[in-house]
Amino acid sequence: MSHAPTTQRRVVVVDDHAMFRSGVKAEIAAQVDVVGEAEDVDTAVEAVLRLRPDVVLLDVHLPGGGGGEVMRRVSGKAPETRFLALSVSDAAEDVIGTIRSGARGYVTKTITGPELVAAISRVAEGDAVFSPRLAGFVLDAFAGSIAVAQVDEDLDRLTEREREVMRLIARGYAYKEVASELFISIKTVETHVSSVLRKLQLSSRHELTRWASDRRLL
Amino acid sequence: MTQTVPPAAGPSGRAPRDPAPRPPRAHRSLDDRIIGGVAGGLARHLGLEAVPVRVAFVVLALFGGLGVVLYAGLWMVLPLAGHLEQEAPGLEAASRQGKRQPRARRLHDVGPLVAIGAVVLGLAFLGSDLVGGSILFWPLVLAVAGIGVLWWQADEAQRERWTDPGGSIDLVRAVVGGGGLSSWARLAAGLALLVLALVLFAVQTGGVGVAREVLLAGLLGVLGLGLLVGPWLVRLTGDLSEEREARIRTQERADVAAHLHDSVLQTLALIQKHAEDGRMVATLARAQERDLRSWLYGDPGHPETSLAAALKASAAEVEDAHGVPVEVVTVGDAPVTEQLRPVVLAAREAMVNAAKHAGADKVDVFAETEERRTEVFVRDRGRGFNPDAVAEDRLGVRNSIVDRMRRHGGTAVVRSTPGEGTEVRLTLEHAPSAPPADQNHLTDPQHPADPQHAEEESAR
Repeated sequence: MSHAPTTQRRVVVVDDHAMFRSGVKAEIAAQVDVVGEAEDVDTAVEAVLRLRPDVVLLDVHLPGGGGGEVMRRVSGKAPETRFLALSVSDAAEDVIGTIRSGARGYVTKTITGPELVAAISRVAEGDAVFSPRLAGFVLDAFAGSIAVAQVDEDLDRLTEREREVMRLIARGYAYKEVASELFISIKTVETHVSSVLRKLQLSSRHELTRWASDRRLL
Repeated sequence: MTQTVPPAAGPSGRAPRDPAPRPPRAHRSLDDRIIGGVAGGLARHLGLEAVPVRVAFVVLALFGGLGVVLYAGLWMVLPLAGHLEQEAPGLEAASRQGKRQPRARRLHDVGPLVAIGAVVLGLAFLGSDLVGGSILFWPLVLAVAGIGVLWWQADEAQRERWTDPGGSIDLVRAVVGGGGLSSWARLAAGLALLVLALVLFAVQTGGVGVAREVLLAGLLGVLGLGLLVGPWLVRLTGDLSEEREARIRTQERADVAAHLHDSVLQTLALIQKHAEDGRMVATLARAQERDLRSWLYGDPGHPETSLAAALKASAAEVEDAHGVPVEVVTVGDAPVTEQLRPVVLAAREAMVNAAKHAGADKVDVFAETEERRTEVFVRDRGRGFNPDAVAEDRLGVRNSIVDRMRRHGGTAVVRSTPGEGTEVRLTLEHAPSAPPADQNHLTDPQHPADPQHAEEESAR
């Protein structure tokens, strides 16, 4: 892992729309080093394994099984590479599914160039990137409506502090603003967010899956 | 195992979207299944847990196999759940093109299967003891098991077809599905069990020689039948998949054409007309994006029945009127009751203010509905103001937001720092007696008759 902030982040852009790829490249090329692109699961897996980028910008919907499939196939083979999901889809099931497959964050395609660059370096440093929408999905998924008796594992619920952080992010607060609102350091905010990410990825609570399937009916 | 809940009882008490739902139809469950999903589907239909239904089937099976017969009958009659389910067009298209991850299979629930298998096996032994070693018994058990496995296999193939991304049906896939080794193994196991049953029967009735002849005759029969029916079957499946593909393609084309015609073309025309007005073009593009997005990825629900949908509708109006993007994130949902309506109106007012006066490039709205209360935050990173020195034009804000919330038993807090932005926080505690999902006809006991209400409606 090359964490020196002076070197540019090496990024691979994966999206099945060529126009979107070139748009993203044009927006971020000044701040990061776009070393490759791919248009479907096979080419993405090949590019990631060959180029070993710091960050992969990964579309959620991708020919060949979706972004999750890419992460499943490279899992363990490129441990230094981190994935940031980038999507136009607002379907909660897909977003949560991608995070659970291993993405370190989720942003929508309407994100501005500077914000995307910031998100890339955050992910490259091993932190998680939660957009307001993702924070909303997470709060919904871990909604407080579960009886305490059913919650038996630490993984299955958010701490009060983590919920506070999630709610502030959902309200549109940046990490820095969350930190000053709660009188904690940015580093602590990052720790909380990473811990929520870990719970989201590892929790086997069936309410999570049930929540996802309920969403499909709404 | 216990994932089956009545559909209305979502984790956050969400209201059903359709105000007049179709009569519920039982179907086999795709997710909640041990053998064919009959018990799971039936449990969901009846609003029960799956376990008692499964137990009932097993118990009924003791009475001369009634449970087994019932199960088999329902398996044949009930349609698959996936068949009835429909998603937003964009998601369905993405699924069809294989751009989404297929749903995870539940492979970890082998325990109950083993248990049921053990019980059935035990009963079989018991039965064979009671019957006293009838010649027919074991061949019969084996034959039934073999047919069962083959049947299961066929069903698996059917399931595969619903989810096949290519949309094509080929003969091999139709028989063995896409499951690879395990499907072939099941197929082979089923056939082997059948052959074994045949052999056992022959051996028990007339020795090895007869067994060989019976086996040979059986194989020849199957081969002949295959030669006779095979080509016809191949052509039939080919025709079937071709016809199905064509139908799907036509439907898709019609849907997309209609939608493009209706909205996108009109927006494009408007954009051409206002090409020199950048702000107008951005607003139009944003409105069209919102429209396409909700069409492709799911309908947000009806503003009358869902708080989330009502807030999104308000945000859309504000976006269109003032050209500032309003991002809405909601957690949980509740029907828009008399009690909640003021919250929607106050939130809308706050959005208008943020879009009009703050000069921010976007407005964030976050709404959280819990059992006891609803909170809405409207935030901008605009120029802000000093709340202690409220300007004259802000008095309107105070009236329409703060006072409205207070009149209806809620609170509104405005927090603003010059240069950093403004956040309006609306809080409403629900009446303690009932959760939000049940408040359709409940009025706040503190405000039984609400004379302000009509006036406010017209003030919108």
